Amino acid sequence: MAAIHPGSTIPTVDTDNTVDDPTRRAPLVTGGLDFAGVTENVARVATTRPDLLWWSGFLVLSAMAMGFFTFIGYLFVTGVGIWGNNQPIAWGFPIINFVFWVGIGHAGTLISAILFLFRQNWRTSINRFAEAMTIFAVVCAGIFPAIHVGRPWLAFWLFPYPNQMAMWPQFRSPLLWDVFAVSTYASVSLLFWYTGMVPDLATLRDKAKSRIGQIFYSFFALGWTGSARHWHRFEKAYLLLAALCTPLVLSVHSVVSFDFAVAQLPGWHTTVFPPYFVAGAIYGGFAMVLTLAIPCREWLGLKHIITMRHIVNCAKVMLGTGMIVMYAYSIEFFVAWYSGHHFEQFVFRNRPLGNYTVGFWTMVFCNCIGPQVLWIKKCRENLWWIMFAAMCVNIGMWFVRFVITVTSLSRDFLPGSWAQFHPTWVDICMFACSFGLFGSLFFLFLKFLPVIAISEVKTVMPEAHASHHGGDHADAGKEDA
Amino acid sequence: MTAIDTPITGTGHAEPAEAAAEPKLFGLIGEFDNVDDIIGAANAVREAGYKKTDVHSPFPVHGIDDALGIKPTVLPWIVLAMGLTGMTTGLLLTTYTMADWLPIPERVPENFEGYKFLISGKPFNSLAGFIPVIFELTIMFSAYTAVFAMFLLNKLPMMSNPLLRSKRFRRATDDRFFIAIDARDAQFDAEQSAEFVKNLPGCLAVEVIEDE
Repeated sequence: MAAIHPGSTIPTVDTDNTVDDPTRRAPLVTGGLDFAGVTENVARVATTRPDLLWWSGFLVLSAMAMGFFTFIGYLFVTGVGIWGNNQPIAWGFPIINFVFWVGIGHAGTLISAILFLFRQNWRTSINRFAEAMTIFAVVCAGIFPAIHVGRPWLAFWLFPYPNQMAMWPQFRSPLLWDVFAVSTYASVSLLFWYTGMVPDLATLRDKAKSRIGQIFYSFFALGWTGSARHWHRFEKAYLLLAALCTPLVLSVHSVVSFDFAVAQLPGWHTTVFPPYFVAGAIYGGFAMVLTLAIPCREWLGLKHIITMRHIVNCAKVMLGTGMIVMYAYSIEFFVAWYSGHHFEQFVFRNRPLGNYTVGFWTMVFCNCIGPQVLWIKKCRENLWWIMFAAMCVNIGMWFVRFVITVTSLSRDFLPGSWAQFHPTWVDICMFACSFGLFGSLFFLFLKFLPVIAISEVKTVMPEAHASHHGGDHADAGKEDA
Repeated sequence: MTAIDTPITGTGHAEPAEAAAEPKLFGLIGEFDNVDDIIGAANAVREAGYKKTDVHSPFPVHGIDDALGIKPTVLPWIVLAMGLTGMTTGLLLTTYTMADWLPIPERVPENFEGYKFLISGKPFNSLAGFIPVIFELTIMFSAYTAVFAMFLLNKLPMMSNPLLRSKRFRRATDDRFFIAIDARDAQFDAEQSAEFVKNLPGCLAVEVIEDE
């Protein structure tokens, strides 16, 4: 926020802001909105009664979330035998789902932290709900490994605390690194999200009409008054958090990839995994950002704040990270061939031609072929094509985790220990219902919290900047509106 | 305390001599509707010699720190210190529990003791393998500190603030900018200061806020 100079002088009403004119910056808020207009646009969602669509959507999603917890209860009283997990495929769906969900979270942190450090002003319109998406995705992600441990009521053994067994966790194990990485990631993301939201909660506090709303928002706004001294420290803290979250987000999926790469299994034991996983996480995360942003901006009437330019930018990031992912796929195959390692070569022949061809070719179509439509400008500016590409990636990124986890485990060194993995109906229902948990949390967020970072959006509007070097231009900003 | 550590919010100050005679004043606020005017006002107020001043705005205004004379915050140093603490914690936790290089006094209960944790023939002090945990603890300590120290330095949460009782002030989180002068300022005089703020270019309204 500190050194942002959009300097736009284009009238913002009905501007096509996807055009790149190098002489001026494209406006990031369109429709002729001024500060009050932005506040009104965002606060309206939280201060009015939810519509029928919200209620019906929330009912369905929360029913699914209830289903998810019911399945977890069923699992607890029965045991992991209700899943398709077997030997050697002990990881199965829970770990696939874990990697899938935790990967989705990464786009939120990328938008909120990395794009902040790079001074990408367009992040301000989408960072709040991308961060919300991160937290809810990490909630879903955290559940799967916790219930996968077999006796989940003993999951606290993962943490280092002095105990009556006089035992410590094994700090050389990637699975333990995961405990630290994911718990740090979840809690720091939550803090980052909440900190950024405090000034906007104060806005809602001052806009709320109902007494309950006023009390609720007052409590969480902590008495924020927008003091310049407070903003000064706030901005410093935000910058520090962004700087801390950047290595954090890269480390989290690197550590997730270590779960695989540190093992000696063919197809897992490769050094390309950390960057490959991080790129894949951002790829899948941006797909989810688009999947959520495109309907929400229509539904909540936020098209002047989440503009077409934002959507196109997300599509471009998705395409770019998709190319990195494709490169990583090809490098895996190249290295398998170049290594001269028989087991490695076998695994990579087995993926496209062996016992899980459907998974592999779904992955190839969804991650490598489908999203390529975004190279065409016409498709990149058409919401239906963007949605098509994003849905491809959502599906493809789940299958890539399936392919990595299951193909390697099912065909390891000894043919005697080979086996086939068949998901049970519980596996499939649990995964489907985890979307209910994610979705119902997201619906609550949409209704009750500021879905756009109101104060940050205001900083990227031309009116937010003092006209340079004094003089008589108090109205300079107003001309834009 | 530096200037930055004394925001003009707060309810605890007391000036008993005046309090008895008339309602105790908290300060005054002047309302503006754009960034240029508020920066001008902040400059004017500082140049007029007021010290306990503040600006309230819906977003951080670029250049307001210089206009008000806000000094850089100490926050980054606190975060650095806590980051190093986190790193040390991680380093000690991993190396202490996975090897027995530290002399352990007799009084330490057995379940607190580290031991030689041999697994896959890896060295006891396998620092490379400990880096992820050390790294995550560094980040965790510093990120928590960045947030909580920021709020504490800002004296938040503060649920009762006379400013928030002003109806006009509600637009400070929407589209208006306020200059505030604290009643504790040596130069503060309810009438004169209000007149001074009122005459600043672009000032829409002035409101004197009473304390309770």
